[in-house]
Amino acid sequence: MRPELIKEITYVPYSGNMAAAEAMRQINPDVVAAYPITPQTELMQFFADFVANGLVDTEYIPVESEHSAMSACVGAAASGARAMTATAGPGLAYMWEVLGIASGMRLPIVMTVVNRALSAPINIHGDQSDAMGARDQGWIMLFSENAEEQYDNLIQAFKIAEDERTRLPVMVGMDGFVISHSIERVRLLPDKAVEEFIGETKVMYPLLDVENPVTHGPVAMTDSYMEFKRQQREAMMEAYKVIREVGQQFEEAFGKKYEHIETYKIDDADYVLIIIGSTAGTAKFVIDKLREEKGIKVGLIKIRTYRPFPYYDVMDALESSNCKAVGVFDRAETFGAVGGPLYSDVATAMHLRGKLYPIVSFIYGLGGRDTNVHHIEEAIDKVMQKAAGKEVPLINYLNLKE
Amino acid sequence: MAQTQTSAIKLPPLKKLTNYPEKLAPGHRLCAGCGASIIIRQMYMVANALGYELIWANATGCVEVCTTVYPYTSWKSPWIHNAFENAAATISGVEAAYKALKKKGKLPTDKKVKFVALGGDGGTADIGFQSLSGALERGHDFIYVCYDNEAYMNTGIQRSSATPKYANTTTQPVGSESLGKPQHKKWLPEVAAAHGIPYVAQVSPSHWKDLMEKFKKALLTEGPSFINAFTVCPRGWRTKEEEGMLVARLAVETNYWPLFEVENGKWRITYRPRNPKPLEEYLKIQGRFKHLFKPENKGKIEELQQEVNRHWDWLNKMEELTNREE
Repeated sequence: MRPELIKEITYVPYSGNMAAAEAMRQINPDVVAAYPITPQTELMQFFADFVANGLVDTEYIPVESEHSAMSACVGAAASGARAMTATAGPGLAYMWEVLGIASGMRLPIVMTVVNRALSAPINIHGDQSDAMGARDQGWIMLFSENAEEQYDNLIQAFKIAEDERTRLPVMVGMDGFVISHSIERVRLLPDKAVEEFIGETKVMYPLLDVENPVTHGPVAMTDSYMEFKRQQREAMMEAYKVIREVGQQFEEAFGKKYEHIETYKIDDADYVLIIIGSTAGTAKFVIDKLREEKGIKVGLIKIRTYRPFPYYDVMDALESSNCKAVGVFDRAETFGAVGGPLYSDVATAMHLRGKLYPIVSFIYGLGGRDTNVHHIEEAIDKVMQKAAGKEVPLINYLNLKE
Repeated sequence: MAQTQTSAIKLPPLKKLTNYPEKLAPGHRLCAGCGASIIIRQMYMVANALGYELIWANATGCVEVCTTVYPYTSWKSPWIHNAFENAAATISGVEAAYKALKKKGKLPTDKKVKFVALGGDGGTADIGFQSLSGALERGHDFIYVCYDNEAYMNTGIQRSSATPKYANTTTQPVGSESLGKPQHKKWLPEVAAAHGIPYVAQVSPSHWKDLMEKFKKALLTEGPSFINAFTVCPRGWRTKEEEGMLVARLAVETNYWPLFEVENGKWRITYRPRNPKPLEEYLKIQGRFKHLFKPENKGKIEELQQEVNRHWDWLNKMEELTNREE
C-alpha cells in the first residue's frame, strides 16, 4: 500500500480492506488491538505496515485472540484512549461476551467487521451471520455497500461513538471478499481534513486519571442493573439522531450524503427490495436493467444503519413509493423463525406504522454463495407474483442447489 | 540488572509502612478471615512507600464482587473490571493507552504508576490462562497477581486446576467413590516463568516481609511480573477465620507452599524452613482434607507428602542449575 500521506482528495484503486486500513491510518487511534482472521487479516497487515513505518502514533497490540482484542480495547477506551479493532465471522463470535461489556460500560470503541460466515461447516466467505449474531450486544451497527462507504463510515464512527448523548461502540460491516478483497475506485480525503472532522478525543471519566480514581465495571445487583440497561436503550435512541447529524456534517465537509438508509429509484417503484451490504449494488444494476428492458419499476432501500434500526425511515420510503410488495434480503439465517433478522425488523416497521405490505423473504449469499443479476431477477419475479396475489413461499433461497 | 536496582531501594520499617492511608477502604464484603484483602493491603504498603499509584484490572471473582457493589467501591485507586478471563488482556489495553497518551503529552500527571492485574486461581490458571500467557509473552509493563485460594470460591468452592489433590470441592466432592479432586495442583508460577519474563515470585502473607520485598521487585521491574499469592479461604477450606495466618505459615513451613522467585531466569528459594514440618500438620487443620484422616484412606497423606517433596526437590534443582557459575 502507498505509504505517503494524502494532501488533497485523491481517487485510488483500493479494496475494502485497504480503504478501512487507510481510514484507520487517518484516524490515528491511540490503541489498536487485533487478531488476524480471514478475511480481515489483510486489513490488519496494512495497518501493521503503517505502525512499522511510523505512519501512525498507535500503540498496536497484536493480541493472542479476538476475545483479548476486544478486552484490550475495553481497557484502552476506559483509560481515555481512542481504541480500534477489526475482526470477522468466528472472531466476532469469540468476542461476543466482551461486545456487551464494551457497550454496557459505554465505551466508544470502533471496529470493522469484515462480514464472514460462522462455523460449522467452517467457511471463510462473505455472510452477515456474524454481525446478526452480535445484533443485541448494544453496538451501533453500520453497514457499507462498497469500499468507499467503509472508509467514510469509519471516519464518521468516532464522532458518533464519542458523542455525549451516545457513548456507545460502533461496528462497521462490509461483506467479506466481495468488498474486502475487491479493488474498486475509492475517494480518499485529505489527512488534515479527516483529522479536523473527527477532532480531539472526547474523554469521560478516564481510568488513567489517578487524581480522580474511578471504579469501572462494578457489580450491579437487582436494584440497579435494569436501570443501566434502560440507559443503554436511551443512548441507542439518541444515536439515531447523532448518526444523522454526523452524516450531515460529513456531507457539509465532503459533499457526500449519508443517511440511515439509501433509497434508489423508489419514488415510482411498484416493487421495493430491502438489502444490507454489497448486494445492494447488484440490485441497483438489476433495477436499471429491468426498467430499461421491461419497464418494470423496482426500487431499493439499502440499510446503512442497522442498529438503531431506522423503522420510520424505511416506512417513509415505502410510503413514498407505489409499493405493492416488498422483497427483504437476509444474508443470515434465523433458524426456527420466519425470514432472517432484517425480515423481522421490516415486519416490525410495518406494524409500527400500521401499514402491512406483502413481504417475500429471501435468504441469500450464505457462506459466500454468489448472488448474481439473474438471482435478483428471480427474486423480483417472486415479489411481483406476490403483489399479483399469487402464492409465493414465505421464505425463498437464492442460488440454492435443490 | 534488576537485582542491583531493587536492593538499593529499601522499604521503610513496618511501623511506617502501616501508617500510610489505606487505599482499599474498609466496609467491603469479603468474608471474615479472607486472605485476599490482606495481600492487597500488603502490596499497597509497598506501593505507598515507593510512591507508586497502582492501576488495577480485576478479574471477576471474590475480590471484584465484594469490593465494588454499585454504587459503592472500596478502591481509592483507578480500578477496572472487564470479565472473568481477561484481566491480563484488559491491563494490556490500559498499559498501551498509557504509553500512547503519555507519548502524546495527554497525561497531565508525572506520578509513578504501575499496572496490576488481579485474579483468583480460576480466573488465572483456568479461564484466564490464555489471556495471561498472551500478555506475558507480549511483555507489557505490568504485574499479574494471582490470589490463589485453590478453587472457585466466589461461586461456592468449585474445583480449579489450582485445587490440590484430594481437596473436597463442590464439583469434585468426596463421596463413596471419590476422594475429592483426583489431580495434583497446576504449577502456575513455574508456567509463568516458562514465558521467560523478568520476574516471577510465589508469596504468602504470613511471610509479609518476603511478600513485600517481592512486590517491591515486581514494582521496580520493567516488563511483566507474575506473583502467586497463598490466599487462605476459611469458607472453602473449612478453616477457622482467626487462624488464617497460621494456616498460611504452616503451608510454608511444610514446604507445601515454597517461597521462591525467578529473577531474570535465576531461580531462588527465598525461605527454607529449618526443620520442615510434616504435611499432615497443614492438612489436619482444614476441613477440606478431613476425609484423608479416616483409617480407610491411609496412605493418601503420604502420597501428597511425596508430591510436596518432588516439587521442593525440583525447585532446588532449578535453583542449583540456574545459579551455577559457568
